[in-house]
Amino acid sequence: MKKITQIFIIFTVLALLPFIGNAQCKSFAKKVCKTELNPYIHDGNYNAAILTEGEDAELYKTFYAGQNYRIYICASETLPDIEFQVLDVNRNVLFDNRKNNYTRKWDFKLESSQQLIISLRVKNSEVENEELISGCVAIMFGIKEDAN
Amino acid sequence: MKIKLIHHKTLFLLAIFALLSIITSCNSDKKSKDSEDTVTIDSLEIDEKLIQDVKTVKEIFYSLPSPLETAMILKQAGAKYNEELLNPTDHVSRYVTNKSMALNLGIYTTDLSYASLFDQTQATINYMDAAKKMAEGLGILNAIDEDIIERLEANINNRDVIMDIISETIMNSSSFFEENDRQAMSAIVLVGGWVEGLYIATNLVAPEADLKNNELVNRIIDQKLTLNTVVSLLEENLDNEDVQNVLTNVNELKAIYEKIEITTSKIEPVTDKETNVTTLKSETKVNISPQTFNELKEKIKVIRNNYIL
Repeated sequence: MKKITQIFIIFTVLALLPFIGNAQCKSFAKKVCKTELNPYIHDGNYNAAILTEGEDAELYKTFYAGQNYRIYICASETLPDIEFQVLDVNRNVLFDNRKNNYTRKWDFKLESSQQLIISLRVKNSEVENEELISGCVAIMFGIKEDAN
Repeated sequence: MKIKLIHHKTLFLLAIFALLSIITSCNSDKKSKDSEDTVTIDSLEIDEKLIQDVKTVKEIFYSLPSPLETAMILKQAGAKYNEELLNPTDHVSRYVTNKSMALNLGIYTTDLSYASLFDQTQATINYMDAAKKMAEGLGILNAIDEDIIERLEANINNRDVIMDIISETIMNSSSFFEENDRQAMSAIVLVGGWVEGLYIATNLVAPEADLKNNELVNRIIDQKLTLNTVVSLLEENLDNEDVQNVLTNVNELKAIYEKIEITTSKIEPVTDKETNVTTLKSETKVNISPQTFNELKEKIKVIRNNYIL
């Protein structure tokens, strides 16, 4: 009976997380994350979710020649570090923030348009405890016209 | 950001209450509090397997170019402004179904972005108003409110502010759908905007234009890369009949795009230490015949004109 109760609680809390989290995520992305894109213009797309430590996410997007882009991974400050990589379609690593002091932003431009994959993972908390920390993670894109 | 610590028994009661709340308020437009963005689950005796299940959950996003990005791509590729290509704003009363309103929210937002990038002040206001009507019809609360229209009018000669306002309205719409579990509508809006971008682009290529070394043609061809993302996004929402119809159109485009050859070299990232900007160096070769281009242009026209009927 105790086991069933636990499973019920976990299932319910997990079912609830998106409802609680989505509204919080939007506000967070709008108020906190957008400013980090300056001087790039936010493309307007909303890619955010509540992630728990140890969880990962991937985003598929085509980036176009002639544009300057900023990727900004915006995450709740209570979450552990976020690892993020930019990969090509063959999953060759083009950028890895672990080699760049866990920076949350990357500015780039392309000589030819490419479909890229943004792969991220919330690191596990370094402190051993029974709590699973969750928080909003938003993948934001800024665009800037090429001055050249 | 506050962390909530909830004890076992309280959590059980909360779980029952919350489940009942969800069941009774599923379709309501009630606003959620948005002051916190973290949730911590505490004091649960969770067994190893369940923890493992939680930790292997993976979120996948398929991101299409937003209407604003589409307009910027067009302008950067040398497109000119041609208002005759846009969906007239007096068509708004035609759109009464969710599908037609969603498609035309995307279409009008692309037209709005295109007009604003070319400093077409009156068209910008008109298209913002048309997009607002579509958003209202879809029940999107506060995506484009009176305050946004006033801000737009007050800053009509400041392109940076205008683009920021457009970006905000796009985000308000897409996040509203996400929050209200209406991802299918969100996907249809994005596809509407994407098709409009293709329609404008293909019609701005002169009939006698050289298809090689033409930036606008290159950006049209590049959409072959985006097609798989469009298909994946729609396939995630296949339980929705409107999405099924839109996917049929996209697959028709895909069949034509498959005739276009794109080969690309390995990508080499090179970072400028001064600006900290990385250039992804690569070379792409494309091959499109005039017949395929005309076939694509005609198919896009048929699909788009069907959407704005």
